[in-house]
This record gives sequence, structure tokens and C-alpha cells, in this order.
Amino acid sequence: MPDPSFVGRALPPSAPYTVGREKIREFALAIGEGASVCTDVGAARAAGHRDVVAPPTFSVTFTMPHIEAFLKDPAFGWDYSRMVHGDQSITLHRPICGGDVLTTTIHVEDLKTRAGSHMLTLRCEIVDAADESVATTRLMLVTQADA
Amino acid sequence: MIEKGTELPPLPLRVTRADLVRYAGASGDFNPIHWSDRVATAVGLPGVIAHGMLTMALAARLVTDWVGDPAAVRSYSVRFTRPVVVPDDDEGALLELSGKVTAVTEGDDGTRVASVLITARFDEKTVLGKAVAEVTLKG
Repeated sequence: MPDPSFVGRALPPSAPYTVGREKIREFALAIGEGASVCTDVGAARAAGHRDVVAPPTFSVTFTMPHIEAFLKDPAFGWDYSRMVHGDQSITLHRPICGGDVLTTTIHVEDLKTRAGSHMLTLRCEIVDAADESVATTRLMLVTQADA
Repeated sequence: MIEKGTELPPLPLRVTRADLVRYAGASGDFNPIHWSDRVATAVGLPGVIAHGMLTMALAARLVTDWVGDPAAVRSYSVRFTRPVVVPDDDEGALLELSGKVTAVTEGDDGTRVASVLITARFDEKTVLGKAVAEVTLKG
């Protein structure tokens, strides 16, 4: 049974994550995104960006390890092995670019138990090195409640 | 002119096991239900399924291909309603993407933003619910 006292809490911020050019290229290739601003620094700069631009869902690569660490923490009591992803939203306050140094803070927004399932809503606030907001993501995860 | 009701060019995409392996590496999501039939069937799935976040990323390509700029996406949200089962063959699974502009709004700075409702179908059923992207339009 997940510990409901976590609801409303913000977890300690992640270590800073440096967005790599090659990581963006690798991610773009993996999803078949062929736009030159994702892979070519010159094209990205010509389009007004500081560096190569990450595809819209790129943030999952650095938020998910942080989320997994929380979900596997026995103190929270989540059944990670039976988890499914219910929904996901991503709001980009600006595009994520190569060279960004980003910090993620997870906020535990909601935990409900309904029809034999636990439903957990987490919000990730992503800020850059200047503490400016870059992106807000929200996800709902579902796991079976114990019979 | 892009306006409410404008339809996006449909985008059919094939997803193979190799694509899942590549996405696992690129995203860091190594959950075995995305590469091991043994583990996937043990947890009650029909077989290996695509990462929900891969399906979400592929569905975004309908929009980024259309506007020609991945940086134009301001927000994007989906519900994962059905898994995309990816067989261990050369064909893989067929994901059929289509979309329609549901609204165009103008910001204070004159920027036009389109809301696009995306439909993602696999095996003749939708796999994403309420898949909506907001994108900045040029000009």
C-alpha cells in the first residue's frame, strides 16, 4: 500500500543533467524525427536556437530515472513490477536544447485507489541553470492494489 | 490557411522490434515487457508491446512533420488506452496516425497557436486517448 502522506510533497531536486547534442541526435533517430534542427547545430542556430533542439518528448530520458528511483523506494511502497503508464502531458515553456543544464523536482500531486487500482499523479518541474522554468510534465501511473 | 477543421496529412509508421530496442537505448527505458516475450506474456500481455512514450513520440511526428519544426510544440498530452503489440518479424506493427486542427488561437504577441487532436490507430483500434498537441504556427 503506497504511503498517502507523500501526497502534496516535493521530493529533493535531481542532480543537474546536461543535455548532450549526441543524446538529442540519438533520441531523434530512435523516433524517426528527421528535422535538421534536432541533428545539425548550424541548422538549429540558423533557426534561432542556441543549439540542437530536443524533440517534444525528450524530457522522459532524464525525468524517468528520477521517477523510477522514487517508485522503487520502499518508504513509498509502490508496486513497480505491475505498473502501467496511464497518461502523460508535457508543457514546454521553451524548447530544450543541447547544452542545457536541467534540474528536475518531482511533486507528488495525487494518489487514489479505485476499482482495485492505485493511481498516482506526479508533476515534474524542470528548470535550467538560471532557475528559469523550462518544462512542466505530469504523468499518471497505475498499479494493481493488493487483493 | 490553417484553421479549425484543417486535416493533417496522414502518417502511417511501422514499428519493429529493432525500433523498440533502439528506443530502449535512447530513452533508458529497459523494462523487459518491451523486448522479452517471456516477460511480457508472464505479466498477461499478448506479447512484447511498444513503450507508451515511443507511441507518444511517434504520434508527435504527425505534427512536427506537418509544421516542419519540432521546436513549435508548446504542449502535448496523451492517455495510453491500448498497447501496441509488436511481433517478432520484419513487418512489425502498423501505427496509423491522423489529426485535425480543433482550434486556432492568437496570443497577445500575435502568435497563432493551433490545437491538434491526434488519432493513433493500431489493429483498427485507437491506442491513444485525448492526444492533443498545441503548436505555434509561423507567419
